[in-house]
Amino acid sequence: MTLFKNGAFVEDNWRHIDEGEDAPPAGHVILPLDWWKAERAVYDGSNAPLGLKIEPGADISEYVEDISRFSVIALVFPKYNDGRAFSTAQLLRTRYGFMGEIRAVGEVLIDQIQMMERCGFNAFEINNAPTEKALRSGEYTRFTHFYQPAVTTEPPAGTRPWLRKST
Amino acid sequence: MYRYDEFDAGFVAERVAQFRDQVARRLSGDITEEQFRPHRLMNGLYLQLHAYMLRVAVPYGTLNGKQMHMLAHIARKYDRGYGHFTTRQNIQYNWPTLKDTPDILADLATVEMHAIQTSGNCIRNVTADHFAGAAADEIEDPRPYAEILRQWSSVHPEFTFLPRKFKIAVTGAPKDRAAIQVHDIGYHIVRNEQGEMGFAVYVGGGQGRTPMIARKLRDFLPKKDLLAYTQAVMRVYNLEGRRDNKYKARIKILVHETGEAEMREAVEAEFAALGSETLSLPQTEIARIQAYFAMPALAVKSAKSAKVEARRQTDPRFAAFMDTNVTAHKRAGYGIVTISLKPIGGIPGDATADQMDAIADLAKTYSQDEIRVSHEQNLVLPHVALDDIPAVYDELLRQKLATANAGLITDIIACPGMDYCALATARSIPIAQRISERFGETKRSADIGELKIKISGCINACGHHHVGHIGILGLERKGVETYQITLGGSGDETCSIGDITGPGFSTDQVTDAVETIVDTYMALRTSKDEDFLSAYRRLGMKPFKQALYERDTGASI
Repeated sequence: MTLFKNGAFVEDNWRHIDEGEDAPPAGHVILPLDWWKAERAVYDGSNAPLGLKIEPGADISEYVEDISRFSVIALVFPKYNDGRAFSTAQLLRTRYGFMGEIRAVGEVLIDQIQMMERCGFNAFEINNAPTEKALRSGEYTRFTHFYQPAVTTEPPAGTRPWLRKST
Repeated sequence: MYRYDEFDAGFVAERVAQFRDQVARRLSGDITEEQFRPHRLMNGLYLQLHAYMLRVAVPYGTLNGKQMHMLAHIARKYDRGYGHFTTRQNIQYNWPTLKDTPDILADLATVEMHAIQTSGNCIRNVTADHFAGAAADEIEDPRPYAEILRQWSSVHPEFTFLPRKFKIAVTGAPKDRAAIQVHDIGYHIVRNEQGEMGFAVYVGGGQGRTPMIARKLRDFLPKKDLLAYTQAVMRVYNLEGRRDNKYKARIKILVHETGEAEMREAVEAEFAALGSETLSLPQTEIARIQAYFAMPALAVKSAKSAKVEARRQTDPRFAAFMDTNVTAHKRAGYGIVTISLKPIGGIPGDATADQMDAIADLAKTYSQDEIRVSHEQNLVLPHVALDDIPAVYDELLRQKLATANAGLITDIIACPGMDYCALATARSIPIAQRISERFGETKRSADIGELKIKISGCINACGHHHVGHIGILGLERKGVETYQITLGGSGDETCSIGDITGPGFSTDQVTDAVETIVDTYMALRTSKDEDFLSAYRRLGMKPFKQALYERDTGASI
């Protein structure tokens, strides 16, 4: 597994914690939402950097107060065509003001990455060999014409208020 | 009609280039069919029983002559000389090769067409009234809003991996010719008490194996909120729609299981919370898009055409054509001409390349270069001067396109069925052909009056049988095709789902059964003014059921 973040492959200094695993005091771990619900007291008063992993279907509006506690929020794509995390990322950026890393985990494929970016993802855990190959070589289509505003900054094009063009 | 600007052209060109690359990777074996599948579906390419099938989008069913000539060219060069117009106002080609599809898409792009989002779990081609911009009863042309929705929904980053496909329809007349109440979202243009124009919003209609009539979530939505409200519905659906079962994934199931009031509340809450995301449509922008759809400059004519009246006296077939296939236009002295793609005994919705070319030429000469595809699988010339209709009719006769049966019992909708479709459980086309031959282009058919027969070859209901006045559903029972009949369905503003008559009928029995139903109606109607649907609603199922199942006591039907 490799991490592609803000347009480049980088070393991943975060580790996923499984259910039932103990919490390292130094943090730098991505905690499943259920883990956080049950064990959050462990990190009371701690400034250790933490991440949160959210499966599709979880109602994030219940955790709005907690969101600023996290440096990373990992959203899961159980299959590439389960598109719930697109909406969740969009909400995190636009409604809940999350400024940290939003990371796509699970089945993350080359043809979805630009859409994910436009919804607010900026990091991608890559497990798929052709996707990694395409990202490393830069040989994949990047679109420049869009019919909707996105979370990322894209200047409006022409007169239509919904159009965007990347520079 | 809408014309691409540089932006639209650039958008389509990028998609064509991407698909060309994906096809090349597939042909060289770099990617498997499974990995290729989502890419081809994004571009309307299905793998069917015998071959690939390419579905080309005709946004809200509007075409010009040049585009129709291109559809003919594609049929000739890449297919077997014909195409099939669908109930989604699109056209399908049944025999393209994979290798050719990037070239087909490139050819389409030269006339501002594409196949984007004609399949997959995304917002599909937005449909509209096929008489939009021409019908006498219209409040406002729905196409500018369909076009705005088309643009906004194209490769939407948040809504391209929905639980299931999503269909939006817009109509602008009190008579609903776009079947909006059986769409995922239906927008009906209305005027409120203050005299402002906006939309009544229907959500959660659909056909398929669980037919449902949409719920009205809003009586009045201001025009400026069209995209924001759509976004709110889509987001609630994307997050909450079921993904555990493909057959329960459409928004109709979410609305049904959530409840109408709760669904309304959820959508309104999301709409209210959009905040900085709210995409408001300025009136200037609506006006700019509307300008593309302005009524063409039509010369002033007198309401009656002497040419038409004279021809009527001497040519009864022409008179029948005028009565059935010509609809009232907004302007005096003009008519909307429906070109039936339902020749007696033919395949519903098919047109040859030569016919497409001829229709394109007719549109250029007589209909302000405009053609429409109807969800009833016919074509429409929306702006024909009454004086020109005899000439149009003569050319249609030469092209074998002058069948005078629009809205009659032989104007049958049928899905491709088991002759083409990988999902079908029974054949649809031969059933349509037999019923068509039984009733023919006769005085009897004309006397029966408006009667919509719709045939689907499986429970996915692409042939819209649930909303047929007479609906026929082809199923397979122990290896044998059997046809279930429903009565009293309707896709218009009085939307209803048909009732099942009882046990199904065999391939050999189904035409007789339809005739029995029609004979029962003819015997019981109060007058010719009471059409089949009205009569059924008055009489109920009982007399039809009796006629079908009790008359021949002991028969095994």
